[in-house]
Amino acid sequence: MTVDLLLFYVLAITAVGSALLIVSIKNLVRSLFLFFVTLFAIAGLYVFALADFIAVTQVIVYVGGVLVLMLFAFMLSNRTLLGDIQLGAKGIFALPKWQAVIIAIAFLALLIAVVSQIAHHEPDWITQAKNRQTFILPQDNTIHHLGIHLMTRYVLPFEVVSVFLMMALMGAAHLARKEEQSS
Amino acid sequence: MIGLFHLLTVSAFLFAVGIYAVLAKKNAILMLIGIEFMINAGVLNLVAFGRYDRAFYGGQTFALFAIVLAAAAVAVALAIILNVYKHYKSIDPDDVTDLRD
Repeated sequence: MTVDLLLFYVLAITAVGSALLIVSIKNLVRSLFLFFVTLFAIAGLYVFALADFIAVTQVIVYVGGVLVLMLFAFMLSNRTLLGDIQLGAKGIFALPKWQAVIIAIAFLALLIAVVSQIAHHEPDWITQAKNRQTFILPQDNTIHHLGIHLMTRYVLPFEVVSVFLMMALMGAAHLARKEEQSS
Repeated sequence: MIGLFHLLTVSAFLFAVGIYAVLAKKNAILMLIGIEFMINAGVLNLVAFGRYDRAFYGGQTFALFAIVLAAAAVAVALAIILNVYKHYKSIDPDDVTDLRD
């Protein structure tokens, strides 16, 4: 087992383990701060998939923006949350919400089945890319190519996303405003 | 080099955890975190497959767009959660019984 595979699995276990801890822990504040750990570990996984710019964006957008927003929302609505204890069903099924556990495990089994099929017979375009050596190498300058493609080939989705962001900004401000002038 | 199979397996686990959070949690913020898990699993898949697209970088570009859209969705969803809290004094989705005032 090589070093990078070992590091990859350390990051993967950190991500999945802290995600499981988030959904099983009772205290919302602790789970919100554990979300930091998960997001950093997922950013590390992006680096292992040779997407370093995506990893940096993940850290900036999620850790810098989304998580602070969630902490704000938590602090503005924490009157009932601190006493929030979710008791599981007692009896045969000691798990809280065992139906949700069953659905999640079934979906996991489905996804793993599909993934192992992909591992056994690869899609054609991946085989072609491997034969022609046209996959991204660790020494490639991905940010350079990403910037060029964002401004040439993908400029229409880029503009659509910018308009969408403005709409979301206006919508969020409209939803969160104080209701005074109209009922 | 990390193979495609490892990345896809990790993202499958993250997606399952996200589904559990959305289905089982009695708290709107934790449900939102579950949705974020599922989006992150999807972005991980995009990035993993995008490694074999050196000509156009489609996977990485659309991973960027997906992150931006997720951030916008979080902003709107948190505004809705705050409104619901102002109205119902609770963010348990089971307490929200009707859409109008």
